[in-house]
Amino acid sequence: MSLRQQQSREMALEAAGGSSPMHAPRQQIYPQSVSGVFRNIKWALLVATLAVYYLLPFVRWHRGPSEPSQAVLVDLDHSRFYFFFIEIWPQEVYYFTGLLILAAMTLFLMNAVAGRLWCGYLCPQTIWTDLFLLVERSIEGDRRERMKAAEGPWTRQRLTRAVRKHATWLLIAWWTGGAWVLYFNDAPTLVRQLATFTAPPIAWIWIGILTFTTYFLAGHMREQVCTYLCPWPRIQAALTDEWALNVAYRYDRGEPRGSAKKNDALRLAGAPAGDCVDCHQCVAVCPTGVDIRDGLQLDCIQCGLCIDACDAVMLKVGRPERLIAYDTDVNIRRRAAGLPGLPTRFVRARTVLYAAMIAIVGSIMLYALTTRGSQGLAVMHDRNPMFVQLSNGAIRNAYTVRISNKNTEPRRFMINVGGLEGAQIEGIGAAVEKDGALILTAGPDQTLETRVLVTAPLNVQLPPSQNIVFSMVDLKTSETVKVADHFLAP
Amino acid sequence: MSPDPKTPVKIDALSGVPTTGHDWDGIKELNTPLPRWWVIIFVGTIVWSIFYVIAYPAIPLHSSFTKGVLGWSSRGAVGKDIAALRATRGPMTAALAKASLQAIEKDPGLLEFARAQGKAAFADNCAPCHGAGGGGGKGYPNLNDDIWIWGGALDAIFATISHGIRSGDPQGHDSAMPAFGRDGVLSKAEISNVADYVHTLSGQPAEQGASVASGAKLFAEDCAPCHGVKGAGNQELGAPNLTAHGSLYGSDKEMIVQTLTNGRGGVMPAWSGRLDLATLKALTVYVHTLGGGQ
Repeated sequence: MSLRQQQSREMALEAAGGSSPMHAPRQQIYPQSVSGVFRNIKWALLVATLAVYYLLPFVRWHRGPSEPSQAVLVDLDHSRFYFFFIEIWPQEVYYFTGLLILAAMTLFLMNAVAGRLWCGYLCPQTIWTDLFLLVERSIEGDRRERMKAAEGPWTRQRLTRAVRKHATWLLIAWWTGGAWVLYFNDAPTLVRQLATFTAPPIAWIWIGILTFTTYFLAGHMREQVCTYLCPWPRIQAALTDEWALNVAYRYDRGEPRGSAKKNDALRLAGAPAGDCVDCHQCVAVCPTGVDIRDGLQLDCIQCGLCIDACDAVMLKVGRPERLIAYDTDVNIRRRAAGLPGLPTRFVRARTVLYAAMIAIVGSIMLYALTTRGSQGLAVMHDRNPMFVQLSNGAIRNAYTVRISNKNTEPRRFMINVGGLEGAQIEGIGAAVEKDGALILTAGPDQTLETRVLVTAPLNVQLPPSQNIVFSMVDLKTSETVKVADHFLAP
Repeated sequence: MSPDPKTPVKIDALSGVPTTGHDWDGIKELNTPLPRWWVIIFVGTIVWSIFYVIAYPAIPLHSSFTKGVLGWSSRGAVGKDIAALRATRGPMTAALAKASLQAIEKDPGLLEFARAQGKAAFADNCAPCHGAGGGGGKGYPNLNDDIWIWGGALDAIFATISHGIRSGDPQGHDSAMPAFGRDGVLSKAEISNVADYVHTLSGQPAEQGASVASGAKLFAEDCAPCHGVKGAGNQELGAPNLTAHGSLYGSDKEMIVQTLTNGRGGVMPAWSGRLDLATLKALTVYVHTLGGGQ
C-alpha cells in the first residue's frame, strides 16, 4: 500500500467514525519538479513522440492521381489504410493482427529486460500527464506553492491562475483531438475547413470527444488511469521476474535510514548506518505518489524521476549516487546477504522467447508484405445447386469470381480454367469471352465481380469432384494469380 | 457490505488494512475502500437508468410494454433505415424500372445493380421453394439449367414471375397435366407402357420387360398433342420437354407412373401485385443470368 493510499484510508476511516469505510476520497498529488538524466530522457521522448503525433498527418506521399497523397491515412470512406508505401485493403486486416501481436510481444520483451519502460516513458497517458503537469507547474508554481494555495482560500491570484491553467489544458486537449481527426481525412483540406468552420460535423464531434478525454484523463484522472483503469500493471506484475531491471530502492545500501547527521555519527562509531537520509524527495517528485522504498508496487510506473531526485540528494550529502536505480531483485538480495552482485542476465528463457516470437511474426509479416501481389482473385463455388445437368446431359458448375486491381491504373485481365480438358468457360456480366478465356477490365484500385460458368465436355467420365485451377493473367505485365477450386459432378 | 458499527474494525496485522471481519479458514478479506469518484459514477449510472426507463421502451407488461416518452421503437428505427436506403438507391431503382430488360443486361452498371437487387429479392421471396441459389427441388424447377417449361427468354421469365403459373391471375400461365389414371382414360397396364416409353425418351435405357412399342403408340395418341410427337415439349402450353436430362418430378419410372395417374398442377404465385416493377425486373435479370437464360 502506498503512503498516499494509507493517508487516504486513514482519512476515510476517521470520517466513517472508526468503522471501516465504503469509499475513500482521492489524495491530490503535487509532483515536484526535478532535473537529471531520466528527466532529460523523458523530455526528449515527450518532444519526439508528440512531434510525431501532431505533425505526421501533414507528411505527403505521392501515389498517383487517383490516390490520396497523405503518408498516413485511414480512409474510412473508401476502406483503405495508407502508410507511406503500404496500402492495405479491408480483406488484409491480418496485417493489423500481426502488428498487435508484435506490439504485445515488444511490451513483454521490454518488461522482461527493464520493467515498465512503456509506462514510464512512452505511454500516451504518461506523456500527456507530463505535459499537463508542466503547464500546471509553470502557471501555479512548484509543489509547495501549489499545496499551500490548495489549502488556502480562493484568492484572486489563485482564481486567475486556475483559469489560465484550465484554458491552456483545454487548448492542448483541443489540439490533440484536432490532430486525431487529421489521420482520417486529407490534413491540409481539413485544417482549412476547420479554420473556416466548414468541416463536417463528424470531425467536430470527434475533436470534442478527444478534447474531453485528453483534458479529463491527463488533467484530472492522471495516475488513477494507471492504478484503477489500466490492465497492464496487473499483467506486468505476473510477467516480471527476479532478473528484470526495475526502478528499485537499494535497501541493502539505504537501510537503516536516518538523518544524515545521525547516520554519519553511527558510521563513525562503526555501527550499521544506511545511505537513505529519509528526505522524502523520491516521494515528492513521484507523479503517482508512491514511496519507492516500499519496493516494487502496482502504482509505480517506473519513470525514473525518483532516481534523479535521490541522486541530487546523495550528491549533496556526499554519498555515492544511484541509491535508487535500475537494478534486479537478485542482485539487491545478494548484496543484502553480503555477496557480490552478478552481471545482469539479459539472455534468459523469456527474453529469448519474446525476441524469437517478434522475429518470427515480423518475418512472416515482412514476407507477406513484400510478396503482396498487385492483383487478387477470389473464387467461390455455387452452393445451390452444386452442379447443373443441361438438357443435353452436359454437367456445368457455376462460380462467383471477384477480381481486384490494387494498382492505380485500369488493367485488363484474362481468366482461364485449367485441369478440365475441353471445358467451356462462359462469363456473365462484366466478362467478355475470347478464345475460350474471359477478358475482364478492372478500374484503378477497384474490384469486379462476375459469374463464371464452366461446362464439362459431353461423354467424359467425371469423378464426383475434380480439382481445377482458375488463373488470372494481367494482359500487359503477365503477372499471374492462381486459385484452386473444384468441379463437381453427380 | 455495510459493517456493523457496534463491532470494532479488525485490522489485518500483516498489511495494516482493515478487514471485513469475515474469516474463512484463516483467510481474511481486506476491506479496501473504493475510490469515491468510482462510487459516484456507479450511483450516477443508476440515476441515469431511471431517466432511461422513462424515455425509452423498458418495462414489460402483461401484453405490452412501457413505450417511453421519446416514442422511440426499434421497428421505427428500421423503417427509417429502410427509407434512407430507398432514397440512396432511388436513381438506380428508377432507371431499372424504366429500362427494358434487354437494355439492363447490356448496361454493366445496371446489370450489376439488378443482379445484386435480384439476389436479395430472390432470397426473400423465391428461395423457400427454388432454393437459395435457384437450385430447385422436386416440383420446383432448377433455374440454373437450360430446361424451361414456360420459356427462358427475358420476357418469358418476366411474364412467369409477374403473373405466375396456375396462380389465379387471369394473365398467368394455365394448363394442366391430365390425371390419365384417376380419370379412367388409361388403364394401369397402359400407363405402365407409356411410362416405359417416356423413360427412354431422355436417353435412359428401357427397363427389363418394358413394352416400349405399345407405350409409343399410346403416347402418340394421348401425349403428343401437348408434348409433341418426339416429346420435345411445348413452351406455349407449358408442356415439359421429355427428352431433356433431368425432370421436374424425377425421371424414374415410378414417378412417371404417378404423374400419368394423378396429373400435375404445381403453382407458382403471381408477384406483380406484391413486388414493384423494378424488383420484378431485377428478379428477371437475376434468374436469367443464373446460367440457363435463353
